[in-house]
Amino acid sequence: MTPHENTVIIDKLVKRFGDFVAVDDVSLTVKRGEIFGFLGPNGAGKSTTIRILCALLAPTSGVATVAGYDVAREPEAVKLHIGYMSQKFSLYDDLTVGENIEFFSGIYGVPRDIRDERRAYALRMAGLEEKEQTKTSLLAGGWKQRLALGCAILHQPPVVFLDEPTSGVDPLARRAFWDLINELSHAGHTVFVTTHYMEEAEYCHRVALMYRGRVISLGTPHDLRKQLRSDTLPEPTMEDVFVSMIEREDAALAGGKS
Amino acid sequence: MNFERIREIIVKELRQSFREPRTRALMFIPPIIQFLVFGFVVNLDVERSKLAWYDQDNSPASRELRASFESSEYFIVTNTPSNPAELQDLMDRESVHSGVVVPPGFAEDLARGRSTRIQMLVEGTNSNTASILVNYASDIVRTYSSGRMVDLITQKRMARGGQIAKMQAPGIDLQQRVWFNPELKSRNYFIPGVAVNIITIVTLMLTAMAIVREKEIGTMEQLMVTPIKPIELMLGKTLPFAVVGLFDLTLIVILGILVFRIPFAGNAFLLLGASILFLFTTLGVGILISTVSNTQQQANLSTFFFFQPAFMLSGFAFPIRSMPEPVQWLTMVNPLRYFVEICRGVFLKGSGFDVLWPQFAALAVFGFCIITFSALRFHKRLD
Ligand SMILES: Nc1ncnc2c1ncn2[C@@H]1O[C@H](COP(=O)(O)OP(=O)(O)O)[C@@H](O)[C@H]1O
Ligand SMILES: [Mg+2]
Repeated sequence: MTPHENTVIIDKLVKRFGDFVAVDDVSLTVKRGEIFGFLGPNGAGKSTTIRILCALLAPTSGVATVAGYDVAREPEAVKLHIGYMSQKFSLYDDLTVGENIEFFSGIYGVPRDIRDERRAYALRMAGLEEKEQTKTSLLAGGWKQRLALGCAILHQPPVVFLDEPTSGVDPLARRAFWDLINELSHAGHTVFVTTHYMEEAEYCHRVALMYRGRVISLGTPHDLRKQLRSDTLPEPTMEDVFVSMIEREDAALAGGKS
Repeated sequence: MNFERIREIIVKELRQSFREPRTRALMFIPPIIQFLVFGFVVNLDVERSKLAWYDQDNSPASRELRASFESSEYFIVTNTPSNPAELQDLMDRESVHSGVVVPPGFAEDLARGRSTRIQMLVEGTNSNTASILVNYASDIVRTYSSGRMVDLITQKRMARGGQIAKMQAPGIDLQQRVWFNPELKSRNYFIPGVAVNIITIVTLMLTAMAIVREKEIGTMEQLMVTPIKPIELMLGKTLPFAVVGLFDLTLIVILGILVFRIPFAGNAFLLLGASILFLFTTLGVGILISTVSNTQQQANLSTFFFFQPAFMLSGFAFPIRSMPEPVQWLTMVNPLRYFVEICRGVFLKGSGFDVLWPQFAALAVFGFCIITFSALRFHKRLD
């Protein structure tokens, strides 16, 4: 792969649940090694988009390819090349840290000769070297999320999807988690991450603002803020950007209707 | 198929099941409870049943017959009505469970070598008890008459309708049952059925639960994005519970033989083979239930809706022969029915594959269809 090849390509993606349009004509591309942030309030359609990219949901229309594979036509090939952390904590609470790692190594088919190495890596990354025998349910929120990330990348997937990995985690642990994401990006993984914490946008290379199923703005955090810069608002935050974009979108919708 | 993945799932499943108190209980408590209930508590055996003796002949021969009824442990003569109305009244008030009418000229007919008949009226509300009483009575009469020509005409009375229904004199069929379960111990009849129940409940519930629980906590979504194949997940999810089911079955058989002295006339490997065949069905239904349920409550409810009618129509507690004909047809599509037949056949009669092959074939067909159907329904997608 060339360094700047697009690993995620979404073209006119639509997902309907009955009459409800959860993802509305979304198009974007993510480059290899990029940290791509998906921002938006609850119900914006972030998780639905991620699930389509993970081949968990079939798109209603449009095309999406991940690591070169079409999510609708080659779902199993997609699954071999991705790591996924769902919005809900989804390791086995009643297994120990070590047993969870062992289980997912086996399921992902991590080659035996590098299994110990991957296990050590996941433990080190999660900072749980001393807690291998601890029951997962006893871990604090931040550690659980780091372990979940560790388990999601045991098979060294080129693309990693993280759905609100930092929600419900204390600020310090959140900061530490973003350090991990950075590390992954440096190691060449493409990271597609959703969040509803606006300030976390600053850690991303590029962000898409999602609102009511549509991407209403896309660019680097710096560019997005620059667009909004004015005399009254010389240093706009991501929050300001998002609020103004939503207002503009709502106004456009209202205008379109009347 | 990747056997390592299957093994990982199995290991995980066993770890979780043995760690979680609820599933641990579900694996071993119901078998033991059911076993004890049916072994000790449910006792449909008839002892010292109240009998009205209406003797219209009053001869030495008829008194001799009465003595043989009384000397059996099954009957005790509590009333001796002197006219039909009195007998009728006793039956109506349910003061007695059955009545015997010896016709006038009984002794004379016997003395002349002519065939004669005595009549038996049985309280028919509980058809099980009724047929057991009739069996005992015909045994007694058969012994008494050996050489003498006495036919027992039995009539089953329905308690409320007041009508008297003709019941067939004991035929080949009844004789056979008496033959294979000579003491007519209901326990002998029930324990093989308990084995069927246990294996059904345990495997059905545990499989459905194991899958639905993962849906509830969200780990199923995680599993679905891994390269695991549906068949691997299905096998990994069902094999551990198949093993638990077989373990429970072995426990029941051994306890049944040691504690309750149930005869085990047949071949243990035949029973094992039938059980494995039957497991395809229950595990398949378990998976099917998990594909239509999103919560454990839904899974419980669906399990109940499958199990309840299947249990009723299995012949486990209610003889299929006494069901209305359309319902009898319905039992043909009930896999439990065939497994109950195999279990009873192997336990009590020592039947071999030469006799039981139709039941084996039926189980194989059901298992294949259900597993295939549920495998087709089992997707790695959320919608
Ligand atoms: N399976 C589904 N059926 C119907 N509606 C759904 C389903 N999944 C999500 N939705 C709806 O789609 C919208 C977007 O949901 P989601 O993608 O989870 O948003 P986000 O992750 O941005 O909070 C929500 O309004 C949600 O109720
Ligand atoms: Mg979401």
